[in-house]
Amino acid sequence: MQINASGIPPDHKGYSRNPLPGFRFPDIAGDRQDEGTHNMWDYFKLIALGVVAVLAAIAANYGRDLAYTVNAIEVFLAAVIAFIWVLRTMGSAPAPANEYNDGVVRAGVIATTFWGVVGFLVAVIIAFQLAFPALNLEIAQGYLNFGKLRPLHTSAVIFAFGGNALIASSFYVVQRTSAARLFGGNMGWFVFWGYQLVIVLAATGYILGATHSKEYAEPEWMVDWWLTIVWVFYLVVFLGTIFKRKEPHIYVANWFYLSFIVTIAMLHIMNNLAIPVSLFGSKSVQVFSGVQDAMTQWWYGHNAVGFFLTSGFLGMMYYFVPKQAERPVYSYKLSIVHFWALIFIYIWAGPHHLHYTALPQWASTLGMVMSIILWMPSWGGMINGLMTLSGAWDKLRTDPIIRMMVVSIGFYGMSTFEGPMMSIRAVNSLSHYTDWTIGHVHSGALGWNGMITFGALYYLTPRLWGRERLYSLKLVSWHFWLATIGIVLYAASMWVTGIMEGLMWREVDSQGFLVNAFADTVKAKFPMYVVRGLGGVMYLTGACIMAYNLWATVARQPRTASSAVAVPAE
Amino acid sequence: MDYHILREFADSWAMLAIFAVFIGAVVWAFRPGSRKIHEDVANIPFRHDDKPASPLQDPASGQDQQG
Repeated sequence: MQINASGIPPDHKGYSRNPLPGFRFPDIAGDRQDEGTHNMWDYFKLIALGVVAVLAAIAANYGRDLAYTVNAIEVFLAAVIAFIWVLRTMGSAPAPANEYNDGVVRAGVIATTFWGVVGFLVAVIIAFQLAFPALNLEIAQGYLNFGKLRPLHTSAVIFAFGGNALIASSFYVVQRTSAARLFGGNMGWFVFWGYQLVIVLAATGYILGATHSKEYAEPEWMVDWWLTIVWVFYLVVFLGTIFKRKEPHIYVANWFYLSFIVTIAMLHIMNNLAIPVSLFGSKSVQVFSGVQDAMTQWWYGHNAVGFFLTSGFLGMMYYFVPKQAERPVYSYKLSIVHFWALIFIYIWAGPHHLHYTALPQWASTLGMVMSIILWMPSWGGMINGLMTLSGAWDKLRTDPIIRMMVVSIGFYGMSTFEGPMMSIRAVNSLSHYTDWTIGHVHSGALGWNGMITFGALYYLTPRLWGRERLYSLKLVSWHFWLATIGIVLYAASMWVTGIMEGLMWREVDSQGFLVNAFADTVKAKFPMYVVRGLGGVMYLTGACIMAYNLWATVARQPRTASSAVAVPAE
Repeated sequence: MDYHILREFADSWAMLAIFAVFIGAVVWAFRPGSRKIHEDVANIPFRHDDKPASPLQDPASGQDQQG
């Protein structure tokens, strides 16, 4: 038996210790207390958390604007809760090194589902706010109107839903494909909770008026700094696990995940170079200005698509599709070429967002050419994912999860064809600033990112909680059809309204005057906006069905007899 | 050093170097004998579903009792 520094056998204090008496996380808390560290380190953590709590309280007191004060209070509360938790779990037993750290993945699955439903709900609200402006309620003006909720929606679905899916699945995949336990003990938990704090800080900041006004990079400087810290730890956890891998080769999914982590760190720092006006206020001033700022923003913006929403999710594809199809990836060689081609080309595609602007034409041409070249690796990857099913196509009839993954890859192929096409200057002159762009983004986000994530969640939940199978495959089918039809309604209505709007904007009469006022296009778009909202309702309904199905899988399904997944018997 | 020097470097030598690295990666992927290795590594996801590899296992073999 191991004796720790305080002389008490770890079993006494350790395993089933609950930080919040009377409140039990059922299975998720699985290996919370793992790799209990020696006390010195715990004392250091306590001191650090105490200092953070005091500083946050001081910052809240001196806060110059509401968003900053509220953020400071949130940081204070987070530090206090973490302090209590560290205090109550000090000196607990080290986790067995011969098991995977799945607790943090379980928490990630729950967070992904939760933020998904929240993000889709806000989506439906703002979709109907556009169709029926009266829904921008007068009493909530300045807080819950479209302008405030729109960044909340994009951040919730991309960073909260997508980000949690990426963190959780990367932790799951890197352990399995490295045959090693997650590196760094509780560091994975720090990444998880730190990331949730980023989400909460950003969301409350948006509503209360703190924003960088940069698309997909709206959080203000204090949230940016905190995310940078969390991200460094994420990289350490991920790389550390790869360093101690027992497989000699680094599986291709990990290459994609790693490129996502590294590139997002670089993009995030470069695009958020800003100097705070005051350490006690949320306002900051960008270092770049003018077209340099615009170029940096869209270099960031398009690579958020390329490395967050594509590369990371391709990591998911390269693991979960072979697993669900029960056969290895179609061509490993193709996956290597796919990876390097995607990495080398994507980073140049950003300027296609800035056609017909102050950006030099050679730069936007470069972005356009690179975007078109990107079609090749994208479709190489799509073919690789789809062909993984060759010889197992019959599974499409019986397995709604594999159906979801196949549709996801199909949407990946479709939106990576549409994107290069829209980046061509002539096409862009019609499509830019119209709803076509929104439709394109959503066929990628709902179709590719959403569906592959749903597939991964359905795959993970029974395995993580040691259940034999999902609660109901029928409900998965319902989810599949609701989501698919919802996306089709969304994308089709946005194509129609986008092209119509583009044509109306450029229509001139024989005298050279514009025929349509802006308000004319708004009026003409109304029916399509309602259809888009209905598509969103269907997608949201599907996600709610998934949430119920996943909950019932854990709560209503018997545990497998020989549960290899370690769930502590409390 | 002004902007144009950087730009001219970027679209000449740097582009060449990046392209060479990419071609190198592709050639390396298709090198003779890689097929066997790739068949083996494509099966990595099917090996260690439940537990990490035991510390005693020979890392080079990549195989263990899990199957």
